[in-house]
Amino acid sequence: MVRQDDPRPAFSSDPIILEMRSITKEFPGVKALSDVSLTVRPNEIHAICGENGAGKSTLMKVLSGVYPYGTYTGTITFQNEECRFKDIKSSENAGIVIIHQELALIPELSITENIFLGNEPTRFGSIDWPQAKRRAIELLARVGLEDDPDTQIKNIGVGKQQLVEIAKALNKSVKLLILDEPTAALNETDSQHLLDLIRGLKSKGVSSIMISHKLNEIEQVADSITIIRDGKTIETLNVKADGVNEDRIIRGMVGRTLENRFPDRHPTIGEVFFEVKNWVVQHPQVTERLVVKDSSFTVRRGEVVGFAGLMGAGRTELAMSLFGRSYGTFISGQVFKDGKQIQLRNVTEAIDHGLAYVSEDRKALGLNLLDDIKRSIVSAKLSKISRADVVNDVDEYQVSESYRRSLRIKTPTVNEGVSTLSGGNQQKVVLAKWMFTDPDLLILDEPTRGIDVGAKAEIYGIIRDLAAQGKGIIMISSELPELLGVSDRIYTIFEGTITNDILASQADPETLMRSMTSTKRKVLS
Amino acid sequence: MTVGPQTTETSRFKITDIKKVFGSGQSNLRQFGILFSLIAIIALFQVLTNGLTLSPGNLINLVSQYAYILILAIGMVMVIIAGHIDLSVGSVAAFVGIVVASAMADWGLPWPLGIVLGLVVGAAIGAWQGLWVAYVGVPAFIVTLAGMLIFRGGNQLIGNANTIAVPEGFTSIGAGYLPEVGPNTGYNNLTLLVGLALSLAVIISEWRSRRTQRSMGSVPAPVWVSLVKVIVLVFVIGYAAVLFASGRVGTSLPISGIILGVLVLIYAFITRNTIFGRHIYAVGGNKHAAELSGVNSRRVNFLVMMNMSILAALAGMIFVARSQASGPQDGLGWELDAIAAVFIGGAAVSGGIGTVAGSIIGGLVMAVLNNGLQLLGVGSDRVQIIKGLVLLIAVGLDVWNKTQGRPSISGLLTRRFGSTKPAAPVQFEAPQIETISEAPEKVLPNGGTPDSARPGAVTRN
Ligand SMILES: Nc1ncnc2c1ncn2[C@@H]1O[C@H](COP(=O)(O)OP(=O)(O)OP(=O)(O)O)[C@@H](O)[C@H]1O
Ligand SMILES: [Mg+2]
Repeated sequence: MVRQDDPRPAFSSDPIILEMRSITKEFPGVKALSDVSLTVRPNEIHAICGENGAGKSTLMKVLSGVYPYGTYTGTITFQNEECRFKDIKSSENAGIVIIHQELALIPELSITENIFLGNEPTRFGSIDWPQAKRRAIELLARVGLEDDPDTQIKNIGVGKQQLVEIAKALNKSVKLLILDEPTAALNETDSQHLLDLIRGLKSKGVSSIMISHKLNEIEQVADSITIIRDGKTIETLNVKADGVNEDRIIRGMVGRTLENRFPDRHPTIGEVFFEVKNWVVQHPQVTERLVVKDSSFTVRRGEVVGFAGLMGAGRTELAMSLFGRSYGTFISGQVFKDGKQIQLRNVTEAIDHGLAYVSEDRKALGLNLLDDIKRSIVSAKLSKISRADVVNDVDEYQVSESYRRSLRIKTPTVNEGVSTLSGGNQQKVVLAKWMFTDPDLLILDEPTRGIDVGAKAEIYGIIRDLAAQGKGIIMISSELPELLGVSDRIYTIFEGTITNDILASQADPETLMRSMTSTKRKVLS
Repeated sequence: MTVGPQTTETSRFKITDIKKVFGSGQSNLRQFGILFSLIAIIALFQVLTNGLTLSPGNLINLVSQYAYILILAIGMVMVIIAGHIDLSVGSVAAFVGIVVASAMADWGLPWPLGIVLGLVVGAAIGAWQGLWVAYVGVPAFIVTLAGMLIFRGGNQLIGNANTIAVPEGFTSIGAGYLPEVGPNTGYNNLTLLVGLALSLAVIISEWRSRRTQRSMGSVPAPVWVSLVKVIVLVFVIGYAAVLFASGRVGTSLPISGIILGVLVLIYAFITRNTIFGRHIYAVGGNKHAAELSGVNSRRVNFLVMMNMSILAALAGMIFVARSQASGPQDGLGWELDAIAAVFIGGAAVSGGIGTVAGSIIGGLVMAVLNNGLQLLGVGSDRVQIIKGLVLLIAVGLDVWNKTQGRPSISGLLTRRFGSTKPAAPVQFEAPQIETISEAPEKVLPNGGTPDSARPGAVTRN
């Protein structure tokens, strides 16, 4: 590190903890950041907003040494010292800890082991587990987690995993915590807990930088907001002084006001074409546990059906077990399409019967990250562009190119690897992949997770378009406003049981919430 | 995000174009570097051996001596792309060799039927191993380690640990050459014809790829790039054809070399252009995602393992034919040569990455190295040490470069190669740098999907 005599800029009298100046970062063929600056003051929560692919994650990776000094240009000054991090370790030593968009915990290890991974306390050369555990309990208390520190990570929910990540950061005596979309996979309660925690840390002298597409959260916790668009800093807003609200942020992000967050609906709903009766699914390991209990539901042509429920209610499990028995052990139940009973014993059968399932977990279940964009888009229905099992390259290119344009996937060409795309654009690729199979019933599991407001509106539009073409859509979502804004009808699920069936026009968040948290079946509307 | 300026398009396409030699995918650049290494090694030995390396006799010998390893590499790369490994190929080759040899010796089986028998036995062995890997779920490492012992033992059991000779006709697949036909030109005419046919194929495929590119709406590389590419390739093919055709009387292009060539073309096509080929990459890249896209991963794994054993059977028979007898020591250590070839050729240990062309080039690197060192009179002890180091360094350098976030060696090579346009953005860094940013994601738990919801956790009933 290079010490400077007086790095403090003359124009501000406020103390500054972090200053990134004129950061430029190029990837081959793509300028992800150009001349971006960011100033964070002590004891503040600084939000970074921007569309998918704006460069938020890249900026944070530069700051945390993921992209080492020399692979970018510009200067980073942290606590009055110029920093030239050569890896994550060196930024952590300086007190900057990043929690990535995707969690980096090891599922097989315990909470304690994860917290101290790479940082194990030793005594006479061997790991001092008693001390580690004592310290882990302390740290868990600070983040408000009461679980046994010996629990394996894979046995706790995502919300708690986030807290473990933060505990891990606290162990490294963090001064600046970077959170990249920390609440994307959390439900409202868990999100609230996390936000409270971040605020608590602030009062204890830990500043945070937070990236999120949930603007209401940002409005709630952020002290200042830096907006990035197309790799450039647009503005930095002071929440209190500037009286910032969501619309103001959106205007900065997309450069105009967004008229409608949700598309207009002129549904032309047809007859029931897809029906599930008495669906029962068992947990794959714990045989006495039923994950889906005696569920029946219908989908009409041209209808968007929302599935509301808390995390772990069994929505994903229901959808995946329908989609070619991809989850759990099938016990009983029938599926009817166009009045005829159909068998969905494996994924191929499901696809052939016109089902498509867009997973909520795009990295693990949706994409092959080694593949390029065009191959990913056609991968679920190769037969459509093949003759005698030979894939036609030209068709492949043209098909994926047309989706790139219609979904506005941000990439120089479809020959690029999907791993080079930003999170939101990867989601669009997954969506394109399933739209290409031309399904009759499209099941969308948290389709807008990690997607910016503008793109969300686009995806809602696409959903409504597909419905208008007479397709049935099932949308699983944890965001009630989204369910209410897009669906025609909503089922609520509680602990594997469908508890309510209500027209979106007659529903409000409170009713939904009540049905999502109690077993009592309501009279169907 | 700003898309690079249009002016860079042409220079980018130029490199892409040359990369086309290896098929598509993100592993191109590594193989690109390996090709340069191969050329460098050939040039080096050509100088060190005073021209002996590229003499007709040596070249013919080189092909017939390594054809069977390269055939194994073809199957091995598919196994490795799918995320497995096959340690049993040497033993399977030896087992099939002895079965075929004794069937011909004891039952008087005609040799063409002997070959069919060998392939059938190979398929049966492959089905057996594939069953364990794909349907029982035992890791291929274990299944084929067991196979390595079982079939080595089987070889010695059937042959009583003795050597069994094979009939005259059979030897042609390992020791035969293209026959002399037509007028006496001082060369082997058929070999020249093969060279001509290949040259034509190169020209046509280049022309077609330009047409394809145009219909994809992209600007093809400037004509001169294509011309240079075609001229270089045709020259190499022609030169090789003349060398092969001018060998000692009675020798020419080995039959085993032709078998190898045909297999390379077929399998390069299968892996690159067919649905099945795509499925291999999909399963190796992300098995869960592949299954949720309707890929039957068990079937893919089964077929890949089975295919490997069939190719091992073929390699075993070619070897037996070449040495005119089957013995208990056949095929010792072949699996290691084949695996080394695949990894030098740019495949990833974790699966999902690799190409047939790359593996063949990787195998040739090993072959030329081996051959050149022998020509120089280096003892086999040292040859082994050098080969081991080359494997380690080739793969190690690449891995190290990736973890350092720097472009890979091959990336550097290609950059220097394109140095006429220094400002051109080098496309090749992407996967390297990406590996780091992706690193934490490898172990990511999940995005809220319960672990039990993963397709892997399905209990079938
Ligand atoms: N390794 C890479 N190689 C090439 N391009 C990349 C790479 N990583 C990111 N990019 C590009 O840089 C741009 C910025 O990506 P980044 O991940 O920072 O976006 P983001 O603002 O975090 O978006 P999101 O909200 O979707 O997560 C994108 O256009 C992306 O395609
Ligand atoms: Mg991001």
